[in-house]
Amino acid sequence: MSGLALFAHQFRYDQKVFWRNPASVFFTVAFPVLLLLIFATVFGGQTVEVRGGIDTTAYYVPAIITLSVISATMQSLAMSLVIAREDGRLKRGRGTPMPAWVFIAGRVGNSAVVAVLMLALIAAIGGLAYGVAFPWDRLPQVLLVLLVGAASFCCLGIALTAAIPSQDAAAPIVNALLLPLYFLSGVFIPDDQLQRRHPLLADLFPIRHFFEAFFAVYDPGSAGASVEWGNLAAVAGWGVAGLALAIRYFRWTPRGG
Amino acid sequence: MSVRRRHEHTPQHRRSLGSTADAGQSCIHRVYDGECRADRPGPRIARHLSSPDDTVISIRGLRKSYGGFEAVRGIDLEVRRGEVFAFLGPNGAGKTTTVEILEGYRKHSGGEVSVLGEDPEGAGRAWRERIGIVLQSCRLDPYLTVRESLELYAGYYRAPRPVDETIELVGLGAKADARTGGLSGGQQRRLDVGMALVGDPELLFLDEPTTGFDPSARRQAWEAIAGLRDLGKTVFLTTHYMDEAQRLADRVTIIARGQVVAAGTPEELGDRESLPTTISYRLDGEEVAVETRSPVADLHELTARAVAEGLELEALEVTRPNLEDIYLSLTAEGGEDDR
Repeated sequence: MSGLALFAHQFRYDQKVFWRNPASVFFTVAFPVLLLLIFATVFGGQTVEVRGGIDTTAYYVPAIITLSVISATMQSLAMSLVIAREDGRLKRGRGTPMPAWVFIAGRVGNSAVVAVLMLALIAAIGGLAYGVAFPWDRLPQVLLVLLVGAASFCCLGIALTAAIPSQDAAAPIVNALLLPLYFLSGVFIPDDQLQRRHPLLADLFPIRHFFEAFFAVYDPGSAGASVEWGNLAAVAGWGVAGLALAIRYFRWTPRGG
Repeated sequence: MSVRRRHEHTPQHRRSLGSTADAGQSCIHRVYDGECRADRPGPRIARHLSSPDDTVISIRGLRKSYGGFEAVRGIDLEVRRGEVFAFLGPNGAGKTTTVEILEGYRKHSGGEVSVLGEDPEGAGRAWRERIGIVLQSCRLDPYLTVRESLELYAGYYRAPRPVDETIELVGLGAKADARTGGLSGGQQRRLDVGMALVGDPELLFLDEPTTGFDPSARRQAWEAIAGLRDLGKTVFLTTHYMDEAQRLADRVTIIARGQVVAAGTPEELGDRESLPTTISYRLDGEEVAVETRSPVADLHELTARAVAEGLELEALEVTRPNLEDIYLSLTAEGGEDDR
């Protein structure tokens, strides 16, 4: 089989496994939807002082899409790769003629497809339930930011597996990293500081940069509609660093034995 | 308890431990599950009309160190086409290190390794098409069915064995559409073997295929492995169970502390003269056990004295060493539990 056919084959089975696993469907698909519904219910009707004031739902739709993309990529990859590694499936796969890149590409392809689906799902709920219009005129920019973010967080997720010693440690480590950063980065709690130019602790990490870049192209109130290249470059920089760490430290064999 | 019955050893089979001479002849005389192998011609007989290309695995002076620790200290062995070769040793003897070098997972520090004519270290996809691997422990994806798991792996190979045929081969026809998460341990292991067979490899590595199994799961796995020889596959089996090697293998190599301590057919290794016989009895409520290499003479002397003195030797018993004893005596010396 050609490389592409092998990739398609692997991707098909990765999709089956993803959609049949209740944990991955809950945390990657249902949980972000639930968060959006809760936040919109609790904080809906209030105003966030961004760009002269917008409704909280207009704030939360891009925020939850940001979270969904990170969840579908970094979180989902780190968890599933560690589980497969510790179960011995990665090592077993390496014993077949399948090239290593096909295995990784299948997983990354799975993450990318889920990320795009989540964009569509959250955007649709935002539009139908809360009247937050999708910025059709900026579709290329939205997709560009999504693509750079998804690729970067995939690299970070693969790199993170090297720091996770066991299956049991996967969820605590991933959540201990992501949850505080979601708070600091204004994903959970509307942040009036968004779009203001003074340095914050969260600026050291990629999540806020990704959120700001995504918010800028998604928010219908933002004029000019240009891509925030600085934020996007910061996200990509993290992605490249993650890629380098992943290439250096990723392992196929179980750490537990 | 071994199911296998043995024919009496004929004199030419009484080779000493450590002999690596061709054991083909004695294998043909083996009785396996009550079925005489001599009735089954085919690759097993053709095998010992051997030619040089019949060597599937060849190792000379293999060494592997981790830091200052030498896990494998100069192993030589040869595996021929179509045989089930058991690589036996206690935990930490260097079995897994050796088999992982053969599978291409690890680099070796010294010696020569050839598997299917190539050094596994640099071997590529074409070489991997020809081998199948069953790891010591691998949890299969619980969300795929038996058929899907095999289809997934079949897709990795250029000329796979048909999936339905593979399912029948490992006896999982009734479970073909069940998710693997719901299979028993023995069934999962059979599927694992099926996933290694679906690429139709020439050479199959099985690393401790029954460790941690209950007796019935073990028996199921054994049946699956015994079936492989009928497919003409070469099987490299590592195990730390003597009875497993005895039951499944044509030839056995035993290692301990990174070195070969014995090699031969199960019959040769089972040659009981290498260890003393034990005579035990109870006298005045005291247990006595004597190890002897001349049991007939000693027993004669003992019973003669007992009769002359009018003593009753309660629970008199003459015990010859079994294979497990021989294995333990070969691997126990030195004793430290390394890797």
